[in-house]
Amino acid sequence: MPIDIDIAHVARLARLDLSDAELEQYRAQLGDILEHAARVQGLEGDPSTESEHPLGFVNVYREDEVRPSLDRDEVLAQAPESMDGYFVVPPALESE
Amino acid sequence: MTVTDLTVVAAGERLRSGSTTSTELVEAVLDRASRTEAQLHAFLNIDRDGALESAAQADAELAEGKDRGPLHGIPIALKDNMCTRGLETTASSQILAGYVPPYDATVVTKMRDGGAVLIGKTNLDEFAMGSSTENSAYGPSFNPWDIGRIPGGSSGGSAAAVAAGSAFTALGSDTGGSIRQPASLTGIVGMKPTYGTVSRYGLIAFASSLDQIGPLSKSVEDAAATLETIWGHDPLDSTSFSGEYPDPRAALSKGVEGLKIGVVKELAGEGYEPDVESAVAEMVEQLHSAGAEIVEVSLPTFDIAMSAYYLIAPAEASANLARFDGIRYGHRADGSTTEELMARTRAEGFGPEVVRRVLLGTYALSAGYYDAFYGQAQKVRAAVQEDLERAYQSVDVLVSPTSPTVAFKAGDRVDEPLSMYLADICTIPMNLAGDPAISVPIGLDGQGLPIGFHVMAPALGEEVLFGVAAEVERLAGFDARPEIPVVAE
Amino acid sequence: MTAYEPVIGIEVHVELATESKMFCGCAVGFGAEPNTNICPTCLGLPGALPVTNRQAIEWIMAIGMALNCEVSERSVFHRKNYFYADLPKNYQVSQYDIPVCHDGFLDVTVDGETTRVGIERAHMEEDTGKSTHVGEGGRIHSAESTLLDFNRSGVPLVEIVSKPDIRSAAESRAYAQELRALVAELGVSDARLEEGSIRFDANVSIRPEGIEAFGTKVEIKNMNSFRSLERAVDYEIKRQVEVVSDGGEVVQETRHWDEEGDVTHSMRTKEGSSDYRYFTEPDLVPMVMGDVWVEEVRSTLPELPAQRLERYVEAGLDSDSASVLSAAPAKLRGVFDEAAVAGADPRAAANWLTGEVTAWLRRTETEAPDLPLAGADLAELVGIVADGVVSASAAKDVLDGMLSGEGGARQVAEARDLVQISDTKALEAAVDEVLAANPDAIETYQGGEQKVVGFLVGQVMRATQGKADPKLVNQLLREKLSG
Repeated sequence: MPIDIDIAHVARLARLDLSDAELEQYRAQLGDILEHAARVQGLEGDPSTESEHPLGFVNVYREDEVRPSLDRDEVLAQAPESMDGYFVVPPALESE
Repeated sequence: MTVTDLTVVAAGERLRSGSTTSTELVEAVLDRASRTEAQLHAFLNIDRDGALESAAQADAELAEGKDRGPLHGIPIALKDNMCTRGLETTASSQILAGYVPPYDATVVTKMRDGGAVLIGKTNLDEFAMGSSTENSAYGPSFNPWDIGRIPGGSSGGSAAAVAAGSAFTALGSDTGGSIRQPASLTGIVGMKPTYGTVSRYGLIAFASSLDQIGPLSKSVEDAAATLETIWGHDPLDSTSFSGEYPDPRAALSKGVEGLKIGVVKELAGEGYEPDVESAVAEMVEQLHSAGAEIVEVSLPTFDIAMSAYYLIAPAEASANLARFDGIRYGHRADGSTTEELMARTRAEGFGPEVVRRVLLGTYALSAGYYDAFYGQAQKVRAAVQEDLERAYQSVDVLVSPTSPTVAFKAGDRVDEPLSMYLADICTIPMNLAGDPAISVPIGLDGQGLPIGFHVMAPALGEEVLFGVAAEVERLAGFDARPEIPVVAE
Repeated sequence: MTAYEPVIGIEVHVELATESKMFCGCAVGFGAEPNTNICPTCLGLPGALPVTNRQAIEWIMAIGMALNCEVSERSVFHRKNYFYADLPKNYQVSQYDIPVCHDGFLDVTVDGETTRVGIERAHMEEDTGKSTHVGEGGRIHSAESTLLDFNRSGVPLVEIVSKPDIRSAAESRAYAQELRALVAELGVSDARLEEGSIRFDANVSIRPEGIEAFGTKVEIKNMNSFRSLERAVDYEIKRQVEVVSDGGEVVQETRHWDEEGDVTHSMRTKEGSSDYRYFTEPDLVPMVMGDVWVEEVRSTLPELPAQRLERYVEAGLDSDSASVLSAAPAKLRGVFDEAAVAGADPRAAANWLTGEVTAWLRRTETEAPDLPLAGADLAELVGIVADGVVSASAAKDVLDGMLSGEGGARQVAEARDLVQISDTKALEAAVDEVLAANPDAIETYQGGEQKVVGFLVGQVMRATQGKADPKLVNQLLREKLSG
């Protein structure tokens, strides 16, 4: 059963700026993979447990204690653009 | 036998007897790398100065009687998806070109604390997505046994480096088979520990619930020594195991007498190369002769495990890779708004396989498709776990080929994502279950390419796993070494 | 014309005042230099992992309990996926179908009318970083670039979602104020609106009166005070009524409250942002609360306003003074409890504390915790007033002396010579003198003008320098005038 994919919508959700030709290629490839992946729908019966941490861990916490932060200069050295201790980006499309 | 062919255990003996030094070992592997890298491209980055400095320190400590353990003074390599402070870490992605992490992964700290000497960072499929190491933004790696073939992946660089002798042992990460499959294809030992036993802190995540760091080594005992150095509870990783750890060495010389070994029925047949199947069958026969009881075990969910994997892993990856947006680190494309900048950065910075999986995972989680795809895949995952639990009620370990085929030719499967995905069909169920597994080389096929034998055990079953693996290693007596066409210096 | 009923739900975000962030050890603090409280985890560096702050989980449980919620036996974190520059991982660790707390309520009172507002859920999440838009004129719409500070990224945030049970702008405000008072009381948040440590969004819709079905809801954001919350909701109700009355339809959207313009503006909708692709956060393990832990947290809860109110009413206060006292500073409430134990009439003690004592604090600019008054001293003051030792008006002077450090109530009354003359014989002489000096007044009284007694009482009080018990004087005068 061919699978319907609104590839442009998916690419928008994933913040990927792809050309029409690329989108079409990915749509076709995803269609093939998803057709194969759709076999998961053939699982008979429901498993009795929910899939979780394989060893079933629960309740892992840290105490509320302050640990040293990173050196700002070392961090900002990796930033494509920074100014006065801030990371800098162009304005957002929509304001908030 | 040259120095670079030594196992970690043998090199360690020489170090402690004073017949060699860490500096000599480091010089030997650097020399080896300088003559093989042009053909193999196992490394993205070799830290010659850092390695020689660490070696000198390791030697000084040994001279003072300070012994940090089995990897003290041993040259090692790390897959380049583990963060190293001050040393470029790219996960083979253009989007992280030039990225220098401000912190060390826990495994890196543990390696340093264990006295290991880091030679360099090895090549991988971008963000560990692939089975051939061809999806690297910095060019593919090649197989030391045939440089026209791929070394497997995604930890192909680590596998090639160890197989070629340019590192004594290495770390890889295994999300669907990315340690075991390249180990199998390059004739070395590769092991995926129980999920949660090796910290993921500082491992650039592919699929968080499946990723696990583990050793690629020349022998089963080397793998155990490497594992002992890196595992243990880490408070920085919420999924880290905090209970009592098994002893992977306890059963190394115990043999398989009295053990019950299950041969997985579903991991054979169509798609499996005859040489692979016969080598595996022969090893099963040998194990029987060595005193193990052999039974065939059916795990019906293994047939759909791969489908579940190719939904769950991309889904998690789609979120894990969202942080690569050109704002705080790495590559940035131009854009007049933040949105444009992000979308262009990601389209430019990610290679096709990464884009494919991010799209796939985004789709599987999106409104209207979640239940049919991601939700259903999670059910399959739980069913695989239940299937295995049932199997382990009657057997101690399960066995299968590690890979249905030997190393394939470079370029053969690049344009066929699905056929590439099939390379992990034997290894994926263990990632879904979180259980430990190991690949041990057992021989060569008709073309002289290595074949790996896959042993699987229940969670925290590392003792029996290593015990059986050691017996497989003894029975196979595999000691062939690849002949790499070496360029003169 | 059709009458419309507003239907309002409020979402409240409360930043917890933990020492460290939700999932890492970076310090939580307002006003630090930009990007100084950051680490691999809260900056979303490759490879970093979260570990949950236990204190934050205990505090959200406490908030839930205070809101009469059920604490889930098991709760999990989800990833909420959306791209935004101040969200470092481009997903927020939040909760989806199993929040820590669910199904509670909060009673709010407006003009003496109490409404029970249902609480849908209280869930745990992490805060985002902060964007500052800079450019010509510093205005958002002409911004040339955005500066990002991630100090706030990863600060523990509790989101409390009410049911759509609120029916007016005034109720919206009362709900928000009540909730703020509650988290402040619990001591789990600074709850400062001006610093953004408590933030309110409102979902507003309208429906024709008598109709069950909900109308299209509009989310309004950016209200920085209780007053602006009330005005924004009020504006939005009127706007929607106008739209519908003109034959239009309310559009589902997010609107921004413009404080200066006194209006809400439509915000451009984020493309596709409604699909958050929630899935279980694989880097964290499930939380299992368990009875032992829940009870342990419950035992640390302070007395909550609602419980306190009930206790005061049981002690005999009317509901007005009970609620005034309940909202009073903790020190005053403590003095009240001590005074009651020392035997003071609760009503009188409450009146003193919410009246004269509060006025004294304000007049002398003294902080409540520094109030130099013990419960036993207040009880003594209440006692001597009840016994008629000092008059009600003199008692104010006694209190002033007590608060100025002159000693206990009786001691001050004596030292300041404020003890009433309540001895009949001593007063008779003064009464006789006044009567003798005012024969006209007697005539007036006997002519039927009883009001003149007031004048005569005043004369006696003056003659005794105010120390006479006016009740007794009144009684003596009437006896003599009638006699």
